[in-house]
This record gives sequence, structure tokens and C-alpha cells, in this order.
Amino acid sequence: MLLGRVQVPRSVRKGEIVEVRVLVQHPMETGFRRDMNGQAIPLNILDKVTARYGGREVFSAELGSGMSANPYIAFYVRAEASGDIEVEWSDDHGEKGRATATLSVG
Amino acid sequence: MAGDAQVKRRAFLRDTAALAGAVAIGAHAQGGLAPSQDITPLIAKIAGGRKVEPGGIDIDIPQVAENGNSVPAHIKVESPMTPDDYVGAIHVFAPRNPRPHVATFHLGPQSGRAEISTRIRLAGTQKVTVLAALSGERFRMADFEVLVTSAACLDESSI
Repeated sequence: MLLGRVQVPRSVRKGEIVEVRVLVQHPMETGFRRDMNGQAIPLNILDKVTARYGGREVFSAELGSGMSANPYIAFYVRAEASGDIEVEWSDDHGEKGRATATLSVG
Repeated sequence: MAGDAQVKRRAFLRDTAALAGAVAIGAHAQGGLAPSQDITPLIAKIAGGRKVEPGGIDIDIPQVAENGNSVPAHIKVESPMTPDDYVGAIHVFAPRNPRPHVATFHLGPQSGRAEISTRIRLAGTQKVTVLAALSGERFRMADFEVLVTSAACLDESSI
């Protein structure tokens, strides 16, 4: 389980464009580094992030080794109705994680 | 004879110029920093031979990045983001990184704004390049030169 969090504004108006911020704990090992014994540290990259809002996919990203450790992504979505923004992520080893934030449209 | 001296001088100049050229090429190949890779094939693969227009993209990255391991990047593409005219994807490239493709972000009309904030790694001073795929198979590209004082990915000893 890869830990992470999703943040949205506390309350929004209908039609407002909302910033969704995602932060995932991940080393994003490039595969180019070596440990203290000179052994290569294998590649380990969080390569897929997907966000759903009201069950519909609204954003996705494919990441490479050029992303910083503990990837941070902020994107936008238009608030239509109250509901959950579910964000899922997975790395190249098949490890997965998810987090949810509730958008309350007033 | 004056003519003979002239020929020798010419030959000397030609040989030294060739040597200087060879040294310069050698130094370039062995330099501590990897040279910029050609990202045109990557862009051509995405654009599929269609025309890529310059501009229309605002890349907000600090001009001088002290630590290449985490460089904040804010990318904004000019678009009304309506169902007829929107940005479908934003591709980010760092040509001097060992793997130039940094990330691809998929958006749509529901995004409302064609904007992304993230943090990237930069292995040295380079031109960060952004390719935006718009609806109707249109493409836009822009780049931004970032000076990196301490590069990412290079120093293997400092772990």
C-alpha cells in the first residue's frame, strides 16, 4: 500500500474550477543510483495516477523517472455536484494506493 | 623561399585546427554532464507528423534552480477548455535527463483549466520542453531554459 493524500477546498460553488492536489509517498528510484556497497538500486517509479470524480475519469498521468521523489501533482476539475474525488496510483512493481477527498458543492 | 614557408604555415594551421577539433569533440563526449538528447523523435511519435505550432504555453519554473532533485514547475496552456476546444494532454520533456520523458498529464473539457503544477528532476541546465495536445489533433510546443546549480541523478556517491 502506497500512502498518499488528496486535498480539495472545503466548500465550492457549482461550476467553480477546483484545484485538486495529490501527494504520494514514493522514492521514485531512477535505477541510476548505487547504495553504499556499490550495488545498483533497482528502478522503482510511481508511473500511473488516475482521478475519478463522481465515478468518471477526470484526470490521469503517466510519470517517469524525471518526477521528484514523493510526487506532487495539482490539477483542476469543474465542480458539478457533491461527490468524491477518488485518486488511485500504482508503481512499476505493482504496488497500489488510493485516497479520496469529498467535494461539497453548495 | 617565401612560397615554401607559406605552404608549411598553411599545413601547420590545417593540422592544428583538425587536432583542436578532435580534442573538442572528445571533451564534449566525456563531459561530466550528459549532452542534450534529441527529443524530436519523441515529439514526432506523439504528433504523428502533424504540424506543431510554437507558443500558447506558459511555463513557470524558477530560472535558477538550486537543487535539480525537486524543481517546482507550473504549466499553463491557453485554452477555453470547452467540449469543442480543449487540451487533451500535456507532455513534459527534459532533454538532458537520462530519460527525457518526464511525464504526461491527460486532461479534458471537465478540467476547466489546462493547468498543472508538479515537481520535476533536472539533470543539469537545460531547456524544459512542453508539448500540448489539443482537441482536433492540434499541437503546441514551448520550451524554457532552466539553470540548475546542483543537478539531480548524477552524484552516485552521496547516498
